[in-house]
Amino acid sequence: MAFKRTYKPFGKQAILIEWNAVIHEDILKDILFFKDQLLIKRKGVYTDIIVGYHSLTIKLKAEVIDFYKEIEELKSIYTSKVKNHTQKKYIWEIPVCYDLKFGIDLEEMSNKSNLSVKEIIQLHSEKNYRVFFIGFLPGFLYLGGLDAKLHVARRLTPRLDVTKGTVAIGGAQTGIYPLDSPGGWNIIGKTPIQLFDPKKENPCFAKAGDKIKFTSVSVEEFHQLEKEVIQNKDIISKTVLND
Amino acid sequence: MIRVLKAGFYTSIQDKGRTGFASIGIPVSGAMDRYAADLANHILNNSLEDALLEITFGGCVLEFSTATYISISGGDFSAKINNIPILLNARIKIHKNDVLSFGNIKFGARCYVAVKNGFLTERVLKSRSFYKGITSSFLIKKDDLLPISSSPSDLEQSTTSIKILKIHFTSQELKCDEGPEFNLLNDIQKKQIKNQVFTISNLNNRMGYQLKEPIKNYLPQLLTSAVLPGTVQLTPSGKLIILMRDCQVTGGYPRILQLSRNAINELAQKTTGNNIQFTFN
Repeated sequence: MAFKRTYKPFGKQAILIEWNAVIHEDILKDILFFKDQLLIKRKGVYTDIIVGYHSLTIKLKAEVIDFYKEIEELKSIYTSKVKNHTQKKYIWEIPVCYDLKFGIDLEEMSNKSNLSVKEIIQLHSEKNYRVFFIGFLPGFLYLGGLDAKLHVARRLTPRLDVTKGTVAIGGAQTGIYPLDSPGGWNIIGKTPIQLFDPKKENPCFAKAGDKIKFTSVSVEEFHQLEKEVIQNKDIISKTVLND
Repeated sequence: MIRVLKAGFYTSIQDKGRTGFASIGIPVSGAMDRYAADLANHILNNSLEDALLEITFGGCVLEFSTATYISISGGDFSAKINNIPILLNARIKIHKNDVLSFGNIKFGARCYVAVKNGFLTERVLKSRSFYKGITSSFLIKKDDLLPISSSPSDLEQSTTSIKILKIHFTSQELKCDEGPEFNLLNDIQKKQIKNQVFTISNLNNRMGYQLKEPIKNYLPQLLTSAVLPGTVQLTPSGKLIILMRDCQVTGGYPRILQLSRNAINELAQKTTGNNIQFTFN
C-alpha cells in the first residue's frame, strides 16, 4: 500500500518528506521501509536521514541546485521499493528496578490515581513498546504504546539532575534517560543498562522500528547487573521481531 | 602540548562536527562560525577537518610547550603573544614557552585558534568536537593539557594578514528561506517576521539563540520531527529560537525559517543585545 506523502525543501541542503500527521505504526513502517531503500540504493549520497513520527528528513552533502530533480529521484525510489531491503528488527529486554529507592515518584503517582504502586509497575512492564525514533538526547528512544491509565502530566518543576538510566513517564510517553540531564518526567525506576555509550562502535543498540520490553528486577539484581555493565558484559537479551 | 593557564568564558575544541549519527540522536556540533574556522585552518595549510579552539569573548590564556604555528580568525579580542599584540588572519610563529592571551573585545563573539596540523584531543564518533555526554570534557578547564603535533618547519611567518570583510561581523541581515511551517502563519505574522528588527536575548549559546520580540502565536505544536542548525522555531510563548550547531536533532515547534549557511556563521559572531533582521532569498 502506498501512503500519501509530500516533499518539500527544508532550507537549501535538506528535503522534508511528510506523511499524514498521525502517530501510527503503519506510517512508521512505511517511513522505515523508505529509509532502508535510500540507505541501500543511494548509499553515501546523504549525510543524515532523520526519522520523526510522520516524517523523514534527508540531509544532503551540498546545497541542492535542482530540488525538482532531487525530489523526482526520491519519488521514484519510493515507488520502486523492493521487499527484501528491510533491516532486521528486535525486541530488547531492558531490566528495570522499580523499587521505591529508584522509583521516587511512584507513591505520588499512586496517590493521584486509582492504581497501587504494584499495579503501576505491572502495567508498565507487561507491554512491548515500539521505538518510533531517537532524538532529544543521544540515545533517547521515543516509545509508543504506554497504557492510557499511566498517562500522567509532567512535574511542574523539572529536576535539574536526573541520572542516566532513569525510567520515567511524561504525559502519554514513557522513556529512559540515556545521559544525566534535567528532566520533568515522573520517575518510576532505573535500568543498569547503558542506552548510549559513545565508546562503542554502535553507541545505541536500539533503532527506530525495534521494540522495548521492561522486565522488573530486584535491588540486588540491579546491583549485580550494574557490576556486569561496568565489566563490559553484554547483558541485554534480544529476540528477533517479526512484524 | 598546550597548557591552559586560564580557561576563559566558554572555550571548547571544535571541528566540522558529527554527521551520520542523527538517527541515534547525536547533534552535529562543530565550529559555530565555520567561515572563520576554515579561514584559520587555510592560513596554516591545514586540512579543513582539523580541530581548532573556539574561544568565546577571549579571557583565555594558553602556554605552548611545543614550537608551532598558529593563526587566529573570527572575532577580535586583542590577541597577544607574550603581551605583544599579534595580527589576526595571519601565520604566527610560536616558540616554546610562548603565552597566548587576549584583551579587549573589539568585535565578534567567537574566535578560532588553529595550530599547525590541528588539536589532537580525543576523537569520538568521527569528531573531536566537544559535547556533553559524548566527549569526556565539554569545556576547556584550567590546567588542561591540549595535545598538538610537533610542528614541521616548512612554514613561514606572514608579515601581512588576509583582509576579511567586516560585514561578516556587522551586517544585521540574516539570509533565510521559508521553513516547512512558514505557510501556517497568517499574513500579520508573516509581515512581522519580515519587517521586525529583532534583538538577541541573553539566552544565547551553542544550542540556540532566543530573540526578545515575540510574535503572536496561534499555531499548535507539531508531532516531533527533524530540526537543523539554522532552523528558526516559533515557541508557544511567541518567542523565536534560532537553533545553532549543538541543537537537538528533533523538535516539536513550528519551523518557520531556515537560515542560509552563511547566516549561521554570521549569527555565531553576534551576542546579547545585537539586532538582526531576516531577509529572504
